[in-house]
Amino acid sequence: MALAKRIIPCLDVTAGRVVKGINFLELRDAGDPVEIARRYDEQGADELTFLDITASSDNRGLILNIIEQVASQVFIPLTVGGGVREVEDVRRLLNAGADKVSINTSAVLNPQLVADASGHFGSQCIVVAIDAKQVGDHWEVFTHGGRNATGIDAIEWAKKMVALGAGELLVTSMDRDGTKVGFNLALNRAISDAVDVPIIASGGAGNLVHLVEGVQEGGADAVLAASIFHYGEYTVRQAKEYMRECGIEVRL
Amino acid sequence: MIDIAVVDYGMGNLRSVSKALEHVATDKKVVVTSNPQDIAEAERVVFPGQGAMPDCVRELDSRGLREAVIAAAASKPFLGICIGLQLLFDHSEEGNADGLGIFAGQVKRFSAVDMHDVQGHKLKVPHMGWNEVYQSQSHPLWAGIENGERFYYVHSYYVAPQETALVAGYSEYPKRFTSVVAKDNIFAVQFHPEKSQHAGLKLLSNFVQWNGHS
Repeated sequence: MALAKRIIPCLDVTAGRVVKGINFLELRDAGDPVEIARRYDEQGADELTFLDITASSDNRGLILNIIEQVASQVFIPLTVGGGVREVEDVRRLLNAGADKVSINTSAVLNPQLVADASGHFGSQCIVVAIDAKQVGDHWEVFTHGGRNATGIDAIEWAKKMVALGAGELLVTSMDRDGTKVGFNLALNRAISDAVDVPIIASGGAGNLVHLVEGVQEGGADAVLAASIFHYGEYTVRQAKEYMRECGIEVRL
Repeated sequence: MIDIAVVDYGMGNLRSVSKALEHVATDKKVVVTSNPQDIAEAERVVFPGQGAMPDCVRELDSRGLREAVIAAAASKPFLGICIGLQLLFDHSEEGNADGLGIFAGQVKRFSAVDMHDVQGHKLKVPHMGWNEVYQSQSHPLWAGIENGERFYYVHSYYVAPQETALVAGYSEYPKRFTSVVAKDNIFAVQFHPEKSQHAGLKLLSNFVQWNGHS
């Protein structure tokens, strides 16, 4: 028996509410973050990820407050991302109760932030989120919630981030996000094979088969999903039972 | 009177540890502290830690906490977590750092080269996630916890004690490694009980009630 593959429900938070969009747009309300976090914890979620998707300065106080509330009631790892610009942001989130902090746009603007943050707090709490989109015959890194192209090759970027100290990579296929047609398995597999740190597959999970594919074909160590859990289509427990039936090691 | 002192030497997120302790011990006073006096006076001590071992040793010394931690480990119920387990040993491969030397043995790194599961898939480092913990001796801190229960890990280094009698639990990744040691009033774990949901809270609850005798 061995290490379990993880299921990570993702809560996109804006203005104190959980929302979910399609291809990073068209947001709809999915509920109160603390309530939703408790529900997923009860269902056996292995971790929770909170993405502060507007990350304006107004929102910053709100997300810290939400994390504090969740962390005093839910005793599984919590990752928080969105608008992390400096080492001090990482410290504030960790002090609020986050166990890991996810860095995305700022890693592109200032790669040294990844080195500084992991040097200070340890690689175990630094996740680099890579939003990738297919451009021609390769995958390119995008920033600012998918709005800006960077010209950076996603595979090379993944290797560089790990070299700078990222302890885990959250790989989101922007072509798939919110579409429910399944993860981009080729993208996940390519990054998983290129680095030694764990990979979280994200973007596109629409049913339980997709979660299984993410692990078995995409080589993901964890799968992240939002819509399939938020609207009650499946519970985390159902997802894990199905994964186990398919021969994947899970925590039940 | 401090019931539980959580040793703060500036390394890592201690809020999770103190929140979880407060959750299981609502009537106890839990203090996160870098004051040696608090550690000396506390009824029991939790020694957590995250980050790189050389930094941990340096920060511990810069706050003058080494003696207080060694004294606590010699005298009262003492729970080491993650780096707080590794620091109890002689020496770590991480940055070629010396630990506190309470236990004889080395802290070694998982070699990412050539680590595969039974199906031949590459295993990642850090070892991150929920793995089964097997209990290799009976202990009051295992009360009510199933043998093989999963706990949450995140680490790249593991302890290799010289004395096998110290081993109180282990996991496999892919080879067996020691993840829990116990001796007299010391119990120390590589995983994070404060992040291990029911099983973790049960272990912390057992610790806050433990008299320090195995």
